[in-house]
Amino acid sequence: MLAQQLVNALSLGGVYALFALGFTLIFGVLDVINLAHGAIFMLGAYAALQAVLLLKLPLPAAIVVAILVAALAGLLLDRFIFAPLRARNAPHLAPMIATIGLAISINSAVQGIFGAENLRFPVDALPAEAFQMGTIRVTLIELQIIFLSILLMVALLWGLKRTRVGVALRAIAESPKAAALLGIDVEKLFGVTAVIASILGGVAGVLIALYSNALFPTMGQPMLHKGIAVVILGGMGDIRGAMLGGLFLGFAEVFAVAYIGSTMRDAVAFGLLFAILLLRPQGLFGQAAQRRA
Amino acid sequence: MSARTFLAAVVLAWGALGDVASAQIKLGAAEALTGNAAQYGLPIRKGFELAMGEINAAGGINGRKLELIIEDEQGKKEEAINVFKKLIFQDKVLMLFGPTLSNSAQASDPVAQGAKVVVFGTSNTADGITSIGNYVFRNSVTEADILPVTLKVALQKTGLKKVAVLYGNDDAFTKSGYDNFKRALEGLKIPVTTTETFAKGDVDFKPQLTKIKASNPDAIVLSALVAEGAPVMVQARQLGIHLPFIGGNGMNSPKIFELAKDSSDNLWVGSPWSVENPAPENKKFIAAYQKAHNALPDQFAAQAYDAMHIVAQALKNVKLSGKLDGDRKALRDALPGVQFSGATGPFKFRQVTDKAGKPAGYDAVQTAIVSVTKGNQYVIQK
Repeated sequence: MLAQQLVNALSLGGVYALFALGFTLIFGVLDVINLAHGAIFMLGAYAALQAVLLLKLPLPAAIVVAILVAALAGLLLDRFIFAPLRARNAPHLAPMIATIGLAISINSAVQGIFGAENLRFPVDALPAEAFQMGTIRVTLIELQIIFLSILLMVALLWGLKRTRVGVALRAIAESPKAAALLGIDVEKLFGVTAVIASILGGVAGVLIALYSNALFPTMGQPMLHKGIAVVILGGMGDIRGAMLGGLFLGFAEVFAVAYIGSTMRDAVAFGLLFAILLLRPQGLFGQAAQRRA
Repeated sequence: MSARTFLAAVVLAWGALGDVASAQIKLGAAEALTGNAAQYGLPIRKGFELAMGEINAAGGINGRKLELIIEDEQGKKEEAINVFKKLIFQDKVLMLFGPTLSNSAQASDPVAQGAKVVVFGTSNTADGITSIGNYVFRNSVTEADILPVTLKVALQKTGLKKVAVLYGNDDAFTKSGYDNFKRALEGLKIPVTTTETFAKGDVDFKPQLTKIKASNPDAIVLSALVAEGAPVMVQARQLGIHLPFIGGNGMNSPKIFELAKDSSDNLWVGSPWSVENPAPENKKFIAAYQKAHNALPDQFAAQAYDAMHIVAQALKNVKLSGKLDGDRKALRDALPGVQFSGATGPFKFRQVTDKAGKPAGYDAVQTAIVSVTKGNQYVIQK
């Protein structure tokens, strides 16, 4: 049972980490708590589903569609919500409240168009293969989820470290003013960040929909709560922290069920988060009074 | 007379005129038309509308047509209370149907009881709803009556010896389903290998299922709504668990064949209604529903359809005076005597008692049909 639970935890934790990465990226660079991240997560899942149902695309192409839709959502999010508020030097709470409104609007729109009931990917769209290794049973889908989430995380880490955009982003996370003085097009990179973060959220949405076989308009809500917890645990705005925090939450949830009891699933997982924050108020990787991207 | 009092007088006169002139009998329904419970509320609305169409097409109730005001209670307790108040005090309906979930009924039915208006649940199956008071009715058979029968049939046919239990612990309906399963399992002396829970809106059940698999049961008893129940079955099959599932009312919906397509085999459910039941009333209902909606009905549509016919039956024996309070009470007094045979088979009411042992509301008396799923359809077990 232990090995099987490890597989469960890895797939779930991978998705949590992916979601939290986008969330923390926006916080780190734009200094905004994006409460519409859960809605974009849901949007990605629905986009992929519609690509499969309406356009009859295979799954990998459907994920590309989800990426495009999420990217567009991120672009619009920055252009029409964050940018005007930045220009007006609005207080911190303004973009946060605006994203709550946006999330509700997106949820209602999706519910109006596609209905409130649960949907799922058609059976023949998913690879049905499963591998039996001793007592462990892993489906191809789970392997792909684990692979894709690791791939995206590595790509993000590498991009931040090695590319010009990545370096610029880290500079902005340190200080937008200083970055602007260095000749970085800060406004443009804010947009880029919102797009990348939304793509991560959208892909996470597709993956959880594939993993759990359920899509519904409010699916982003519990994810958002978990995302916030993970980001705080990892240290606000810290990339490695979000990754490890996501994996940690996945493991905590799965093993709470396995060894303590399913009634305690969220209590144990969030209790542990709380305990860690008591010991390290700045989070696992956070540094007091300093942000990093 | 000031302008304001004049206006008030006009409004009053208009209202009174309206009452006299209205040939329609106004009924209300509070159902979840949006939100997660909409998958039950929407078929319920279709069931009401179908029955009402039939009744009105056949001349209505003693020459008066039925009118139904449907409000969305979103599957939430607070909304159900709001909507109940609106229907009772503002729309002044004669009686009302709903709400969709037992959870909401616990909160909103006392409002109707207090206002002395019949509230008729068509989908509330949790314990204790009708003990709220003598204005509370339902034609949804309680899980306390159905689940022991389902378990017994599954036991005979599969020879299971021990079971694992999985249920949603944050919902009045699934929790009460669990309590009834537990009682029935104790009664049949079937040992439970492990009891696991989940919460509404959960999407990942693999940790629980992995644990259940390790406990090596012969079957899994599942108290869930189809929104969570379907992914549970899919994920179980993914983990290589091919055991029978024994479900409650919430799992008795053809939606399972959509949401858990090709993973839905070997699910045992009991219900007074089955799409496969060949009774003529049921065949007529299914044909009419399919004609109207181009889809198969479910249990929720069937029970709503029957409920509207039951109320119509009672109304035929009530002389409506036009005085709301008197009419509401007259309907209450007429309802318990109704005997009816509809899509869910022969039906009558049985009075229950409240916690203090005093006579309270009315539950349904019906026989359960146990079915098992095979090849994406239900097969009735005799």
